[in-house]
Amino acid sequence: MRALTWHGKKDVRVDTVPDPEIVNPRDAIVRITSTAICGSDLHLYHAMIPTLQPGDILGHEFMGEVVDVGRGNTSLKKGDRVVVPFVIACGKCFFCDRQQFSACDNSNPVDSADMSETLYGYQTSGLFGYSHLTGGYAGGQAEYARVPFSDVGPIVVPDELEDDQVLFLSDILPTGWMAAENCEIEDGDTVAVWGCGPVGLFAIQSALLMGAHQVIAIDHYPHRLELAEKLGAKVINYKHANVHKALVEMTGGIGPDAVIDAVGMESHGFALDNVYDRAKEAVMLETDRPAALRQAILACRKGGRLSMPGVYGGFVDKFPLGALMEKGLTVRSGQTHVHRYLPKLLEMIRDRRIDTTFLISHRMPLEEAPQGYRMFAEEQNLTTKVVLKP
Amino acid sequence: MYRFDRDLEVRRTPAIGLAAVAFAAGALAVYGVYRAGQPRRRARYAGHVPDSALRDGRRLGWREQTVVGRTVTIARPRSELYAFWRDFANLPRFMENVRDVAVSDTRRSRWTVAAPGERELSFETTITEDRPGELIAWRSDEDAPVRNSGRVVFRDAPDGRGTEVEATIAYDPPAGAVGRLAAKLFQREPNIQARRELKRFKQLMETGEIATAQPGAAAPRA
Ligand SMILES: [Zn+2]
Ligand SMILES: [Zn+2]
Repeated sequence: MRALTWHGKKDVRVDTVPDPEIVNPRDAIVRITSTAICGSDLHLYHAMIPTLQPGDILGHEFMGEVVDVGRGNTSLKKGDRVVVPFVIACGKCFFCDRQQFSACDNSNPVDSADMSETLYGYQTSGLFGYSHLTGGYAGGQAEYARVPFSDVGPIVVPDELEDDQVLFLSDILPTGWMAAENCEIEDGDTVAVWGCGPVGLFAIQSALLMGAHQVIAIDHYPHRLELAEKLGAKVINYKHANVHKALVEMTGGIGPDAVIDAVGMESHGFALDNVYDRAKEAVMLETDRPAALRQAILACRKGGRLSMPGVYGGFVDKFPLGALMEKGLTVRSGQTHVHRYLPKLLEMIRDRRIDTTFLISHRMPLEEAPQGYRMFAEEQNLTTKVVLKP
Repeated sequence: MYRFDRDLEVRRTPAIGLAAVAFAAGALAVYGVYRAGQPRRRARYAGHVPDSALRDGRRLGWREQTVVGRTVTIARPRSELYAFWRDFANLPRFMENVRDVAVSDTRRSRWTVAAPGERELSFETTITEDRPGELIAWRSDEDAPVRNSGRVVFRDAPDGRGTEVEATIAYDPPAGAVGRLAAKLFQREPNIQARRELKRFKQLMETGEIATAQPGAAAPRA
C-alpha cells in the first residue's frame, strides 16, 4: 500500500510499504477514506519527538471502511464505515472501566511503555502514528491501517454523513469538547480560550453549546480569530491589546471563570517542552506555550477552573504555582478520553448542532501529503486543516 | 502584553539535562543490579521482595541471588488468574524467554528457555507450594544451569478492583562458561523482565491478547 512515512527532519515521503494484517483477535483492518494532518504531526515533522524511526507511518486522525475483522471482534463487520479514535484503549482495564481511556493500561506494548513510565511514573496508552513512546503503532496517513481493540474504539457512522462531517471525531472535536467539559461551565460563566487552532476553535464551539455566557478567544492570527468570531466568541488579538486588562474589563472585574490553554494544542503530549535539546529549535508557538499558560493562570478568577488539554510533555519553567494555590484554582487536564464522547458528539453532528467542516482549508490526495506538511508548517493563518484522500 | 519570553528558552536547557540524567541514572541503577563481579553470597534486590523468597535461597545455599519482586492489579477474579498460572503450559504465552513448559505430573514440569545465540536450555521444575486461589511456588532442580525459583501470590484487590498479583523470581547463576552465558540471559535486566512479564500476563487476562505494534510474524504468542 501507499503510506506517508517519516525519514527525518522535514523529510516525509509517500512510500510503498507492506499492507497491514490482522495480528491479534480484536484487530480490524480499515481501508482509509479520509485522514488529516494534525498540528501535533508537525512536531514529528520537525523531528522533535524522540523514538521516531525512519519509515514510521504517521497519522492519527483517520476514518474508513472495515475490510477485515479478527475472530475476537463481534461488534464490527466488513463494510462498516468507521471513525477511529487516536487513543488506543482496551476497554477492559481499571482505567477504561472508569472511562479514562487515554490512561489505558494495556494498549501500550510492554516493550515501549517503559519510557513513558519513566517520564510520568506510570505508562500511558498507545496512540496511532505517534512515535514509539506511545507504542510505535503504524498511523493512518495511508491506504490501510491495523486497528487494535477495534471492538471498543471505532465508531460506526451512517452513510448520510460525509467524511468531512465526522472525520474530526478521531481527535480534535472530542479534544475540544473535553477541554470545555473540564471547565465545568455554569450559568453566567465566561470561558477564555488561549489559541484558536483546531482544538481551540472546537473548545469555543463546545463551551458555547454547554451554555457559557461568553467565550473569549485569544490569538494573533487574524483568520483564526475571524473563525472564532463566527462561532460566537469575542476575540482579543494579543498583538494589539493587553490581554489581562481586556479580560478583567470584559468580566466586570471578576475575571474569567474558566480558562483553557489551547496554544500549540495539537501537541499530544510529547512536544518536547523540555525533554530534548532540540526543543531549542522550537518554533515561536511552542516556546509561547508556557507563556500562555502563565497568563491563563494569572487571568483566571479566584476559585476558577484551569483546563489543559493534552499540550505538555515535559516540564515548564516559571509555573505560577503561587497564583494557582492562592486563588484556589482547580486544574483539569489530560489526553482526550476520545471513546467517552463519540456517541454523543456523533449525535450532535447528525442533529446539525455541531459543524466541523468550516475548519478544512485544504483537501489533497495522499500522494501530495509531503506538500501538505510543508504548507501546514509554513503558513498557519490560512492553513487551518489539511485533509488527505488516499 | 503577551510577548515571547526569550529567557524561557535559555532556562529550559537545564531541565532537559536533568531529564537526560534521570534516564541515565535509571539505566545505571538497573545495570548495577546485574553487573558481574559483585561480592558473592549477597542477595540483590530489585523492587519489593518478600522475605520468604530470600529465606528460600539462603536455605539452599545459593551463592548469588538475584531477586525480583513486582505487583500488578488485574481486573479478573483470583480463582481465574490462579487457574491460568497453575497450568504451567500457559507460561510461555506471556513469559518472553520461556519457549516451552512440558507438564509431567501435578508437581513436575520441564522448562525450555531461550539462551543467547539461538540456544536453548532445559531444566526440571517442581511445585513446592500450592494453595488454590492464593499462591503457587516452584523451584528448579539443583542441577539446573541456572537455579531459580518463583512464587506468585494472588490477593483480592479492594472494592472489586480484581486481584493483586505479586510475583517473585530468584536466580542463582553458577560459575563457568555455560553459567555465565545463562546468567547473561537470566540476569538481563531482571527487574524490567519481570515487570514486562507480569504486564503481559495482565494484558492477556484482561484483554485476551498481548498488545503489539509488530506486523504478523513478530507478534507474541497470544
Ligand atoms: Zn491530532
Ligand atoms: Zn484499558
